[in-house]
Amino acid sequence: MDLTGPYDPTVDYPEGPAIAEIAGAGDIKPWRPLHVSRRNFLRGVVCSGIVIGGSSYLFSTATPARADARGVERMMSLTVNGRTHHVDVAPNETLGYTVRYRLGLTGTKIGCNQAECGACTVMADGQTIYSCSTLTHRMRGKDIITVEGIAAADGTLHPVQQAFIDELAPQCGFCTPGQVVAGVALLNSNPNPTEEEARVAMSGNLCRCGAYEHYLRGVMKAAREI
Amino acid sequence: MSDVMHNFELYQPDTVQGAADLLGEFDDAWVIAGAKDSLGWFKDRVKQPSVVVDIGGIEELSGIAATDDGGLYIGATTTLTDVIENPLVREKYPILALSASKVASPQIRNAGTIGGNISQDTRCVYYRSGFPCYRAEGNTCYANTPTAMNRDHALFEVSRCVAVTPSDTAPAMVALGASMVIRRKGEDIEVPASEYFIGPEIDITRMTVLEHGDILLGIRLPGTWANARHYFEKAADRNTWDFALVSITMVAKMAGSAIEDAAMVCGGVQCTPRRLTEVEDVIRGEVPGPEVETLVRRVASRGAQPLNFNHFKIPLMESLAARAVRSLT
Repeated sequence: MDLTGPYDPTVDYPEGPAIAEIAGAGDIKPWRPLHVSRRNFLRGVVCSGIVIGGSSYLFSTATPARADARGVERMMSLTVNGRTHHVDVAPNETLGYTVRYRLGLTGTKIGCNQAECGACTVMADGQTIYSCSTLTHRMRGKDIITVEGIAAADGTLHPVQQAFIDELAPQCGFCTPGQVVAGVALLNSNPNPTEEEARVAMSGNLCRCGAYEHYLRGVMKAAREI
Repeated sequence: MSDVMHNFELYQPDTVQGAADLLGEFDDAWVIAGAKDSLGWFKDRVKQPSVVVDIGGIEELSGIAATDDGGLYIGATTTLTDVIENPLVREKYPILALSASKVASPQIRNAGTIGGNISQDTRCVYYRSGFPCYRAEGNTCYANTPTAMNRDHALFEVSRCVAVTPSDTAPAMVALGASMVIRRKGEDIEVPASEYFIGPEIDITRMTVLEHGDILLGIRLPGTWANARHYFEKAADRNTWDFALVSITMVAKMAGSAIEDAAMVCGGVQCTPRRLTEVEDVIRGEVPGPEVETLVRRVASRGAQPLNFNHFKIPLMESLAARAVRSLT
């Protein structure tokens, strides 16, 4: 290994005595600082970056402490599927996040997260809403039904759920929880919808597999059975 | 965490006064009610107010009541679904129920408010994506360049910004001669719909006269156009969720088979709902028919200055205006 020639980036130079100490080096000026190899210097930079960045990530809280007592109280009661939960909810938290990650009701899916796809549809006081784009604090006092609250307590499926199975509506199934909730909400308010009414009521739920006709047939089938 | 909104302090006052006090106290307070427009801004992190005032829970701001002059008063935070299903609205102003029923999707109508729908910000993709355009207090327009995607943009009254009004119900407000009741610095003022919506010429950063600290209390619909004949049509790429490329809203009173008076407003072609006064002048006193329709087509888009990709809006606008007139036969 030639330590006296021009710097070669492909060579992993050893740490070691300064060039001046190497026998025969003469008065050649060393091209690197003493005892700091390029590799170790980079290691140091990377590690210190991780330590600084990581500590600010790990040791900060997700939301700063409430500065103003007039703001919303983080602890709130949330009635989901007939059960009242006491949960700690951040001011910027959406209902979809709360039911999935604080209450563990992961049936509700978050698809687009911008009030477009409908996978996150839940009922609040009987009306369908996009839970991904609703602040949980707005749901105080509301009766929320997620897809987990649709089937009977003994596991018997709701006619809409059974009809979706019979009509082979779900393909990938990601939109199905939202479709179920939208279908049930429709039949709760209008037990005998026309096909056009059903189409409008289900129009806020996208299905990337394109099984719209299957879902529509499912809702109409359930309507006949109820 | 899929929820990417910034941290903010949330206030949920019970009274309008409480909300007004909060807005007076915090300079960057942001008002939400249905929050369907606002949460999009927050999630994209384009707008990051540190204080959010939720007026959706204020009871006095919600509800629909008949007024003495035969009209209606609609609270600003009344949801679109409540507007659509309200028997008074359906009886007196079916045009409003019809246009509200075409807004977005059922889930959004269940949460979105009428005040929010008329006051929502424009949907220009460049502006919404956080480009530092004129409307975002920058010094250029990204939608009015030779290669810009501007098929959704304006035909009329462009002044630096080419964004259009996205609202389906705002044209109905203009057509019905509504006035907006606003709490400003402790006083209630009423602004007619024709002045409520403002274009870039007046203030390029706002769509309405609402300033910081103002709260829209409600909408007063006069009895002028109660029970009138009406026509609404919205042309959009998708039937659901989408914003109008062009929409037409018309109310008309008939005297026999002739049109006694009409108000026609076009959405999606200008920063504000565009009142088609020339069309109104042409059809007033006329019996609708092919000749009148031809005249309507001639004048409907007069003065339009299309951008590179929105020429199609001109024939679309003319056809919609003609179809509105045809509906009166």
